[in-house]
Amino acid sequence: MAAPLYLDANATEPLRPEARQAVLQALDLPGNPSSVHGAGRAARRLLERARDQVASRFGTAPADVVFTAGGTEANALAIHALAPGRRILLGATEHPAVLAAAPDATHLPVRPDGTLDPAVLDAALRQGLPALVCLMAANNETGVLHPLEELAAICRRHGAALHVDAVQAAGRVPLDAAALGADTLALSGHKLGGPKGAGALLLRPGLAVAPLIAGGGQERGRRGGTEPLPAIAGLGAAAAAAHPAAAARLAPLRDAIEAFCLAQGALVAGGGAPRLPNTSSLILPGAAAETQVIALDLAGVQVSAGAACSSGKVGASHVLAAMGLQGAIRVSLPWDAPADSAERFTAAWSAMRSRLSRPALAGARLAP
Amino acid sequence: MRILVAMSGGVDSSVVAALLVEQGHEVVGATLQLYDHGAAIQKKGACCAGQDIHDARRVAEVLGIPHYVLDRESRFREAVIDDFAASYARGETPIPCVRCNQTVKFQDLVELARDLGCEALATGHYARRVEGPGGAALHRAADPVRDQSYFLFATTREQLDFCRFPLGDMPDKAAVRAVAARLGLAVAAKPDSQDICFVPEGSYDRLVARLRPEAAEPGEIVDGQGRVLGTHQGIGRYTVGQGRGLGLGGGGERLFVAAIDAPRRRIVVGPRAALPQARAVAGEVNWLVAPPTAPLSVQVKLRGREAPREARVAWDAAAGLMHVALAEPNIVAAGQACVVYDGDRVLGGGFLRAPALAQSDIDSHGAAA
Repeated sequence: MAAPLYLDANATEPLRPEARQAVLQALDLPGNPSSVHGAGRAARRLLERARDQVASRFGTAPADVVFTAGGTEANALAIHALAPGRRILLGATEHPAVLAAAPDATHLPVRPDGTLDPAVLDAALRQGLPALVCLMAANNETGVLHPLEELAAICRRHGAALHVDAVQAAGRVPLDAAALGADTLALSGHKLGGPKGAGALLLRPGLAVAPLIAGGGQERGRRGGTEPLPAIAGLGAAAAAAHPAAAARLAPLRDAIEAFCLAQGALVAGGGAPRLPNTSSLILPGAAAETQVIALDLAGVQVSAGAACSSGKVGASHVLAAMGLQGAIRVSLPWDAPADSAERFTAAWSAMRSRLSRPALAGARLAP
Repeated sequence: MRILVAMSGGVDSSVVAALLVEQGHEVVGATLQLYDHGAAIQKKGACCAGQDIHDARRVAEVLGIPHYVLDRESRFREAVIDDFAASYARGETPIPCVRCNQTVKFQDLVELARDLGCEALATGHYARRVEGPGGAALHRAADPVRDQSYFLFATTREQLDFCRFPLGDMPDKAAVRAVAARLGLAVAAKPDSQDICFVPEGSYDRLVARLRPEAAEPGEIVDGQGRVLGTHQGIGRYTVGQGRGLGLGGGGERLFVAAIDAPRRRIVVGPRAALPQARAVAGEVNWLVAPPTAPLSVQVKLRGREAPREARVAWDAAAGLMHVALAEPNIVAAGQACVVYDGDRVLGGGFLRAPALAQSDIDSHGAAA
């Protein structure tokens, strides 16, 4: 059988060669960035190079970049820093990393296309301040982009704090923290094509954040613990290498997949909304997402269903539920998707569809 | 061929997967997540807890086969756990393993297997599937101690055609463990599963009380003449034939549960000799042969742990009921299965009906129990 076709970039992007090189370079450095001696300084140089790379890619100052162990920690740190004294408003389709960090938050419903209506946010903010608004720039399951600039303007007008979970958007669509005016913005290294184990929180200039982990005062007292230099170096290199212009090359592949599946009776969740160029959330009416993911895997095509938990089981998706849908599979093209990705995917999908369309069983396989 | 193997994480289904891999089949492993194992995490020896999923995954890794965890929590709750509690609330003794086999396992997994392009579903059940001119037949396992054919009676003929039970010919469990050890499976020495997988040890009554509060309401314990002998803390704690937990004390003859009167929340007790019945009625009947048009001399099993006993069975197709005349009177607990055998072969079976129904039926036939 041919090598599997990996179409699960929103779970993890394949490692970029630039990131791989940076990781290897960092692995060979013995020093701790906090050490006084030359080895420490060499390690520190690599750390600060990564900080500069992240800062310049996402429009912030190096001093306002806090490295974390990943996107989940970056989101948790932001909410930990901004929540005191504020009521929290979340989009209904936020990632579990945000939902779990703000268990008492108010959830704002989204439109059927998955976007948040600015009027809904405006009305919610009229009901009481001070408030913290947490919104994802792009949804991990559907790729749907909120009208973030407009929503950020509403937050500013009300004086509400804004945290943006940019884990999926970063590197795939243009993103500028300063222009957006968010208070904090979360990134994840492995979603950019870096290694797993590092993320970053970008801060509005001058914003002071209390650490979740105080430790030895690293990251200017905002995140304790010796920095995982290889992961951070890889994150920096991946951030520098991840160009939205390059990601845009994936849109025609994605569109070809969707055109084929739509013609065969599938639906695209959030299909009418602005979306990431690489993500498609496909619903085959009557077919459980779990069955589809397994069937495609057995055919050598690796996609995921909305909400895979750590055990690997497929549960119901709160994102699709918020959009009044269910049972989607997520096809997310990686930065290095082969040119024949659409042909290979549609061939496997088509074979699966024929098998799932056996007569007399229609309706018996509705997703839970 | 491509075969889906239901892997529980125990030694039996692990050996099934390993044997099929050894035979050169393309094996796909699937493990059902049936309930929140966090709630039952302390439990040892019952199937499908968190550790079992982990074990199944490890075995699949060792075998080099794809493996998937299937979330069936809501399906299992509706089809098995709710039915379990409802059965107790009706004064019956449920048999959840049959319900699980009937729904989550053979109905759903056969469907999934077909969806995945598999040509068969294999499980670790101890039963034999014998190809015959009229399709596949279900037989008792070679090892009478391990035989699970009783729990498979509700498998439809179509499902049985699609299923494989590679352990049916194993002489005993030691042989299965030996295969596991030969193949280097870490689960070779894992303890057998016991009890009911979703019930924390020994306290199913709390689960029943939560789902069906009426089964936990106190009531009277009466004798056959209706005399009140004591009180009980819910009919959900009792099973026909049970002798313990009645709290009647006294020095008289030892008493047993003879019947459960759910509408009046009464437990009817009597001496051991008064319990056995000569007749029984079963509904929800599944035939694995052409339904008989005349009474058959067969053997029946009325509970999992007993040998088949001689009986005559008559099938009332119009009412969908199976009438059983036992050669030797036996305790009949409604909700348990009555499985019909011809020697080693399973002919069919049904769920035993409440004694009241059986009684009126016997009256209408003019025969006294």
